[in-house]
Amino acid sequence: MTDVAGSDIASLVSRNEQTILPEWLELQKKAGTLNTGRISEGELQSQSQNFLHLLRDALAKGGNDVSNPVYEPAKAMLNDLSRSRALQGFTPSETATFIFSLKEPLFNALNRDQTLSPEKIAATVWTTTLLLDELGLFTLEIFQKSREEVIIRQQREIAELSTPVVKLWDGILALPLIGTLDSQRTQVVMENLLQTIVDDEAEIAIIDITGVPTVDTLTAQHLLKTVAAARLMGADCMISGIRPQIAQTMVHLGVELNVISKATLADAFGLALRQTGRTVTRIKKGEWQAGLKPKAGEQGA
Amino acid sequence: MDRIPILKFGNALLVTIQVDMHDRLATTLEEDLTSKIVAHSARGVLIDISALEIVDSFIGRMLDNIAAVSRILDADTVVVGMRPAVAITLVELGLSLAGVKTALNVERGMALIEGRLSESEADDADDED
Amino acid sequence: MPTTKTERVEIRQSDDVVRVRQQTRTLAVEVGLSLVDQTKIVTASSELARNTLDYGGGGEVVLEILDQAGRRGLRLTFEDRGAGIPDIEQALKDGFTTGKGMGLGLGGAKRLCNEFSIASKPGEGTKVIIARWK
Repeated sequence: MTDVAGSDIASLVSRNEQTILPEWLELQKKAGTLNTGRISEGELQSQSQNFLHLLRDALAKGGNDVSNPVYEPAKAMLNDLSRSRALQGFTPSETATFIFSLKEPLFNALNRDQTLSPEKIAATVWTTTLLLDELGLFTLEIFQKSREEVIIRQQREIAELSTPVVKLWDGILALPLIGTLDSQRTQVVMENLLQTIVDDEAEIAIIDITGVPTVDTLTAQHLLKTVAAARLMGADCMISGIRPQIAQTMVHLGVELNVISKATLADAFGLALRQTGRTVTRIKKGEWQAGLKPKAGEQGA
Repeated sequence: MDRIPILKFGNALLVTIQVDMHDRLATTLEEDLTSKIVAHSARGVLIDISALEIVDSFIGRMLDNIAAVSRILDADTVVVGMRPAVAITLVELGLSLAGVKTALNVERGMALIEGRLSESEADDADDED
Repeated sequence: MPTTKTERVEIRQSDDVVRVRQQTRTLAVEVGLSLVDQTKIVTASSELARNTLDYGGGGEVVLEILDQAGRRGLRLTFEDRGAGIPDIEQALKDGFTTGKGMGLGLGGAKRLCNEFSIASKPGEGTKVIIARWK
């Protein structure tokens, strides 16, 4: 196979820029890049032109090895482009089209070129294909990474939203947990609860797990860590809302929760009230209405 | 600073740790507290660590030791004011300070000690009957 | 891996452990770690610095701020020329100690970090590397 110098492709691009660019833009448009209205034609044009120049410079300086540092500017540009398209909601294939649709205009330019021998053209086509394939894969990889970042951010947001700490009474907090407890979420839950304990000067925190689908050894460990940390700060924890099936599974798995637990949040709250020196009593019928008005005896006194 | 000051507070001793302690300072505090408990016949020890940004296994061991020694000398040890980040880290580190009582702040810690004192006085009164 | 900042602290006496903690805190803040993560790596640095002093007969720690494709982290490398650890697996177990600690030093430090590695040769010394990523 004839060796192809990067500079040959670079000069080809330079000489034919006036035809390559419009053809490339046309192909991108045909592929539907502009259809969704997520980017404007002007934007697409400047992105394409910009990339073509960076590619040409890299080819001229460093040949056709994408791992060569001279490709950094071109890759950095693809990085930004891929990232922003991932965030704008482009599909992976729409994003990769940016690179892959450049092949045709480049090959057309090659075929039009009278100065090259057929062998040289074949070799150049091969080299260019490899080069663009690699850049296309790079674009996809960045795209994938950006989407993953979005997912991670959303997971964090969900975790924060789904762990509200509510105040039940002076000094008594409740943390109704919903969903599965993994390590990352435990961290958020823990920090949230402990900070609220400090802010509210709470003595007792009730962790309600009615909304937790399963309690395995790991979940139990996470719960116990939270309880232990709260105790170190001087607050007592209780766990409530262990459903019958979960209690059975826990016994079956040998999971132990060495902490005060109550069947329902109401039971735990009652205990918390007693522990902080309060009782709840039912008053006689009609008394609550009487309580609203000043009593006759008091008025007289 | 060579020593951490220990204040007498009624029946209890109060220590406020405000510096990043090197190990010798921690060891000195442990010794000082032991002798002061005896000297003042203290019934409780309050250790305020709200200013501490970290508690490592050495400080953790110091707290455990102080609690164990004071228990032998019939005094209660209450560690107060541990920060959330410190508590999370200690749990991850594997230290539970099981022998140490804790409270959210000095006021609550004091109430804990006084509560125990009045309980034991009541017990004593019962015994006399 | 690109290192954007390097600091070195000698560990010769008990005060140096405090200095390691403070330097770790400064860099952890610079990296932008959350308060809990700062506390974790500072605590780990305290454990390891004390190990270096008590079991390694002194040594040094190199603190580095790393930048891996935009992700920042803090890496600490503790090195001593002490007696070394004959059985690393055993040394990592909680409760194992040959000294006066609670035996939570190595295993505890490992749990407080994202990355942990240890190399030791009896008679030649010990090297422990930990890292915490943002």
